[in-house]
Amino acid sequence: MKTVTLKINGTEHTAEVSPRTLLVHLIRENFSMTGTHIGCDTSSCGACTILIDGKSAKSCTILAVQADGTEIITVEGLATAEGLHPIQEGFHLNHALHCGFCTAGVMLRAVELLEKNPNPTEEEIRWGISGNLCRCTGYNNIVKAIQWASAKMQGKELPSTEPVFV
Amino acid sequence: MIPSKFQYKRAESVSDALSMMSDDAKLLAGGHSLLPAMKLRLNQPDTLIDISRIEELKSIKDEGDHIVIGAAATHHDIAHSNLVKGACSMIASGAGQIGDIQVRNAGTIGGSLAHADPAADWPALVIAAEATIRVQGQGGPRDIPAASFFTGFYETALADDEIITEIHIPKLPAGSSSTYVKFVQPASRFAIVGCAVVKNAAEGEVGNIKVAVTGVSEMAYRAHGVEDELMGQVVSDESIDRAAARATDHVDVLSDHYASEKYRKHIAQVYVRKALETLK
Repeated sequence: MKTVTLKINGTEHTAEVSPRTLLVHLIRENFSMTGTHIGCDTSSCGACTILIDGKSAKSCTILAVQADGTEIITVEGLATAEGLHPIQEGFHLNHALHCGFCTAGVMLRAVELLEKNPNPTEEEIRWGISGNLCRCTGYNNIVKAIQWASAKMQGKELPSTEPVFV
Repeated sequence: MIPSKFQYKRAESVSDALSMMSDDAKLLAGGHSLLPAMKLRLNQPDTLIDISRIEELKSIKDEGDHIVIGAAATHHDIAHSNLVKGACSMIASGAGQIGDIQVRNAGTIGGSLAHADPAADWPALVIAAEATIRVQGQGGPRDIPAASFFTGFYETALADDEIITEIHIPKLPAGSSSTYVKFVQPASRFAIVGCAVVKNAAEGEVGNIKVAVTGVSEMAYRAHGVEDELMGQVVSDESIDRAAARATDHVDVLSDHYASEKYRKHIAQVYVRKALETLK
């Protein structure tokens, strides 16, 4: 067994794990944070996306021991006492989810994307979330949600949240 | 899916890692080739030696006529390095086409080369760039030209007790251009066909051209037939036609559930053409 210490959403967590424990299992099962989902389990779908030291990563393809000492943000860490994170608000107002299975992963990927590129083009958004598969929405409302969050985070005029039929 | 049991050791330096090597040990860097294979139990090492925290393996340096990319540099770091973009632009643009951003944040160039997936992007890129792969064993370092590094289906010239430490990429001379284009398997973003081209042109004629193809055969290869059709020629629709037709000369074309042999051969010709057309 190995001791792993992680700072998750600002709080330190320690666990004794077998080296073969995957990071996503440590987060979900040892630390009971089940917002991070397991979709394909083959690093294709992005449902397990979290931020490790600020970078989006697929936690189904990382060993818990590899992440020892890192700072992690999961979906549980997005909202604050003041309310939802702009990306969560954007997803809510723009109907950017149906079943919600991919949502946590897409939002965390979008958080890193907007951190590095606060005002992305639609193409940059679509390329930026190409590692996250959504089987419900067709992505249009996800793109709108990220554009909405981008405007909100920069204090710009907020785009319409009216549905667009294509 | 959970890998079978193994011991985990973290190496602090290359010599530390070398001292931990044993017959049933595997090196772990980004883990984005090895862990999926271990989860499917295709690979069941006794020991994993984590080399991802060795700082000396992560740097990207300028060494005069070539750049040196550390084996544990991530695809993302390479794609965004101005040094790499200036030295040989397809190395950066190719790195930026691997997998998706999450994969590029974790996966490393050295790990991908050692894994030698026949559909990976790096093999075509390093072969066309005429890169040199520096490896370190108990007996010291040795340099392996990219052209002789890949020896078969998931097989390389790397010995069991050696670690890839550096990838040396020659800087392209002025007037040269390079490109990498690929046709992807949409879920994994592995190449069904990937084509890397480096061209030195003099007054409209092709001087020296290097074309490498991945995804098509059991290992990436240099497409000498394509090069022969273009060397010393003016680039035109006709010369590109003749060259692209020879994309799969002398290789056994793979067939799988993504692409039959006939389809893959056709796509290889289409993507070699696309690559050549960008260099007109």
